[in-house]
Amino acid sequence: MNDHVERMVLQGKVDLPFTYSAGKTASRFFVELRDHQRIMGKRCPRCQRVIVPAQLFCKECFVETDEWVEVGPEGTLVTFTIVYRKENHHPKEAPFAYGIIKLDGADTSMVHFLGETDVTKLEHGMKVRAFFSEERKGHILDIECFRPIS
Amino acid sequence: MGKRAAIIGTGQTNHCSTREDVNEMELVYEAATAALKDAEMTIKDIDAVVLANMELFEGRALHDMWCGEGAGALLKHSFKISTGGTSGTSGAISGYYHVASGLFDRVMVVGFEKHSDGNTSAGMALTDPFWDRHIAAAAIGNFALSVSEYMADRGVTEEQSAKVAVKARRNACNNPHAHLQMPDLTVEEVLESPILAYPVRRLEMCPQSDGACAIIFASEEIAKKSCARPAWVRAAVTRHDHIYLGEVKNRLTTMRSLREAAKVAYEIVGIREPLKEFDVAEIYDPLTYAEIAWYEALGFCKDGEGGKLIDNGVTHMDGELPVNPSGGVISTNPVGASGTIRVAEGALQIHGMGGKRQIPDVNLALVTGYGVYCWSDVLVLSSKPG
Ligand SMILES: [Zn+2]
Repeated sequence: MNDHVERMVLQGKVDLPFTYSAGKTASRFFVELRDHQRIMGKRCPRCQRVIVPAQLFCKECFVETDEWVEVGPEGTLVTFTIVYRKENHHPKEAPFAYGIIKLDGADTSMVHFLGETDVTKLEHGMKVRAFFSEERKGHILDIECFRPIS
Repeated sequence: MGKRAAIIGTGQTNHCSTREDVNEMELVYEAATAALKDAEMTIKDIDAVVLANMELFEGRALHDMWCGEGAGALLKHSFKISTGGTSGTSGAISGYYHVASGLFDRVMVVGFEKHSDGNTSAGMALTDPFWDRHIAAAAIGNFALSVSEYMADRGVTEEQSAKVAVKARRNACNNPHAHLQMPDLTVEEVLESPILAYPVRRLEMCPQSDGACAIIFASEEIAKKSCARPAWVRAAVTRHDHIYLGEVKNRLTTMRSLREAAKVAYEIVGIREPLKEFDVAEIYDPLTYAEIAWYEALGFCKDGEGGKLIDNGVTHMDGELPVNPSGGVISTNPVGASGTIRVAEGALQIHGMGGKRQIPDVNLALVTGYGVYCWSDVLVLSSKPG
């Protein structure tokens, strides 16, 4: 028997709206960023680490953090990459660079864009500084990027 | 037969429509720390963590990444269960299996859902793409199809349905964690609420809640040492059925996954007359009509007599078998947690820690989970290890 039929393929898109609550701790982090261009961490009362971005609880000790601490805006570039391949779901059009930055006064590091895509100008362990966006909305991209301090 | 295991601690958040003060991981953390406090433990004492959640309802996938650390899963054995509405009970059953296997001594299960973060219709829109998705109207529409059939088949009345809603929301007033607490709700008000999908009315449906619930399971040795009145798991059975709506005749009337799970669980424990033998039941009632249908599927009465139980007050707080002293899912529904809450409430009754919703002298509790007719879970908890 000839079983050849046209092969049907279903295509489409699903609308997936969201309204994520940041919670009171991340909310204060975003408000400080927007209104005062300050990057805030919170200290764990048990292990004393300053966790950045600020978190409600220390995931190592499983206790609530208590003391708010301003960190940065300067820090150390722990590692970096430059993305060359273009993809639809990337946050920026390639090429773009991002890295892991340990801000001065912090015990954990944060991930952010680097304002430098020339690989010869980036170095592990180099000093970098936060540059804030002109129009801030209470969002992680209120920090536009980190740039090398030369 | 596995090793003995018992629930020695539970913790819940307060449940409501929007918890803007916490993100989802923090909501999970709140329930986990409450359960640890109840069990007089720290996170260091926990060997394994099981997460339970209904995927995509809050616009997220990979909840183990988003929320695992909130449950203290950092560098511990951990994984996630996701089986629709039964996620919370299946998660609890998984926690029980961990201990019953003899491989783990103290296991924490956290069920959670932050409905306000997402859109349940979007989640339901990701079900089977070839057949139902273009026709069926998500959860309420699918319930309505079965309820319509159930009413015609069994003669259950709108008034009986409304009585279930009134019982649930009044019981919820005794539960400080419950979402919909309506002390003055009347049958008339339920019947005057708008029809969402024929014949189901707004006040007959469960709400959408933000909330989390954690349970701690322990091995026999630890349970006896650390808990005055452990809630022993005597049976834990899960059954899955066809997914396609057209494939099972009379879903609500027969509810064969629940019927089958209950039959097996009762055989394991040796229960012949559930209405007489159980002291309390916490069953997953997504809407009023389902609770009446579950009375029948769970053998509380003969088929077709479910409506009489609610008419005669048999399942009220002072009845022969109180059903859902907590207010049930009709009053509180953070989906991934809704099953876990049933298990926690059943355990709480055995622990004797139910406060204003405590039923006196509870030795045997029935707990069920339900997921879109595809899945059913049944657990039997007891004050005696068996
Ligand atoms: Zn710490």
